[in-house]
Amino acid sequence: MSISLTVKDRRKLSGQYGGAARLAMSILIRMAEVYGAPELMDVTQAHIDGCALMCDSGLEFAETLVARGARVSVPTTLNMIPLDLQNWRRQRISSEFANKANRIASAYTEMGCVPTWTCAPYQGYLTPRFGQQIAWGESNAIVYANSVLGARTNRYGDYMDICAAITGRVPKSGLHLKRNRKGQILLRLADIAPQLLRDDTLYVALGHFMGGLVQEKVPVIEGLPVDATGDQLKALGAAAASSGAVALFHALGVTPEANTLKEAFQGNTPESVIDVGLSDLRRAWSELSTADEGVKLDAIVLGCPHFSYAEFQQLAQAIEAEGGRSLHPGLRIIVLTSQTSYALLQRGNFMNTLLDFGIEIVLDTCVLHSPIISSDAEVMMTNSGKCAYYAPGELGVQVAFGSMRDCVRSAIEGAVCWGRTVWKGP
Amino acid sequence: MERTLIGKPLVAGSAEGRAVVSTQPLSFWGGLSPRTGEVIDRRHERSGAIVTGKIFVFPRGKGSSTSSAVLMEGIRAGTAPAAIITARVDSILALGAIVADELYHKTVPVVVLSQEDFDSISEGDYLVIEPDGRIKVRPAEGKWA
Repeated sequence: MSISLTVKDRRKLSGQYGGAARLAMSILIRMAEVYGAPELMDVTQAHIDGCALMCDSGLEFAETLVARGARVSVPTTLNMIPLDLQNWRRQRISSEFANKANRIASAYTEMGCVPTWTCAPYQGYLTPRFGQQIAWGESNAIVYANSVLGARTNRYGDYMDICAAITGRVPKSGLHLKRNRKGQILLRLADIAPQLLRDDTLYVALGHFMGGLVQEKVPVIEGLPVDATGDQLKALGAAAASSGAVALFHALGVTPEANTLKEAFQGNTPESVIDVGLSDLRRAWSELSTADEGVKLDAIVLGCPHFSYAEFQQLAQAIEAEGGRSLHPGLRIIVLTSQTSYALLQRGNFMNTLLDFGIEIVLDTCVLHSPIISSDAEVMMTNSGKCAYYAPGELGVQVAFGSMRDCVRSAIEGAVCWGRTVWKGP
Repeated sequence: MERTLIGKPLVAGSAEGRAVVSTQPLSFWGGLSPRTGEVIDRRHERSGAIVTGKIFVFPRGKGSSTSSAVLMEGIRAGTAPAAIITARVDSILALGAIVADELYHKTVPVVVLSQEDFDSISEGDYLVIEPDGRIKVRPAEGKWA
């Protein structure tokens, strides 16, 4: 199939805009064939995930682009990188690893990207607008941008993101086009108690269940409360983009392209209608854990995706609710966040509650990409569906999934502790 | 008995090898180690399988957008599958193979088959992939016995 290129596209392809634009354009054109796109289209913002993985080829690709004169042509934010740029010296990270990570960081900032270093770019700087055409990497950010903000991006993988940022172009296909954003599968929450619909854990269990069920299709959820928070929808999307390939979901009355079922399905009939009951969500909840209750913990990880200011506030409240009980000796409780949220935290009035309890705050990075947790660690706990999904493979640990309060209680006990929870079943 | 399937090449090239087959989607990041070529998604039915030099046959990718980086790093390090066959167009996996092709001039073909043809491939079948997307299938020994 031949792709129709503009004069400017052709100039980029022939090298008139430099070697980097030429390489980027040739990758984009090959990808346009993969997508079956007839032409390219403009994007006005990008988010780069290509800086996330510590690997020689990723570093070589970034440095090759810099050497060929790469410069982003649209406002571009950066995902987390494999290093806490501020605190790595205190984290027993080898200087060889740190040097490589710093080279990745330098290459992307050299290209003109904004050093946001976060996997939750939608809660920081340069939040996209409704309907804005963007090229985003990072699975959780993609699903949030599409679903919650109503911006438009495909699931862009590493290195296509920077190609789009350099050229300002992407294949005209997929979720950039309104017709492909219609709902396909209707998920109806059936008989879920109202207080459970406000429980953070429900969003993770629902996301995990939904991703496995719909894979790459667009689900429409009916029955979520209209005041579901951004952090709850972030947890839902991150889990769904891990167990499945979800890039867009609609939630009736909650997300901006789903004010009515008719709007969410663009007037079409759902391919299938599925009632989701408490038993489905209980099964999803239990699938997220591989460790049993009572097992000794080595680490607790929060902030996957990166913690927001509101989540820090919630954590401080969970700690205060324990009435001064302290962290189990030897156990680490790590919170991952961005510099942006950290700056707000420093100006808030509850940071001491977190620090006094022994919370370690890690910036810019991810425990699945940076060697923050000791390789001897055997069991960890998290409130994140995404982290629970990937930790057994990436870190070789057993994982327990629980609410933020479960995590705080377990931090005090030193062992996995769910207490009385509706999720364990009757 | 040898037979030929006609696939759509997303990344065109030649490759041959034994099929490692799964019916489950896989995220390469968090699911495949670029250091060892091992399937490391501990929830996946092929957890522990080594795909280096094999033709990896699975329905589609999922999960992480870093999956393209994992594939490219595997191609650089020599741990990647010899080729990938899926039942759905997976743009992130195609991307990893395309960028590796551009940067290292090493081609790992990525071919999409119809669901029916995809289902006809069994573990251990010997597959020969041509640049035009044709796949010759020699059944694993004993398959017809």
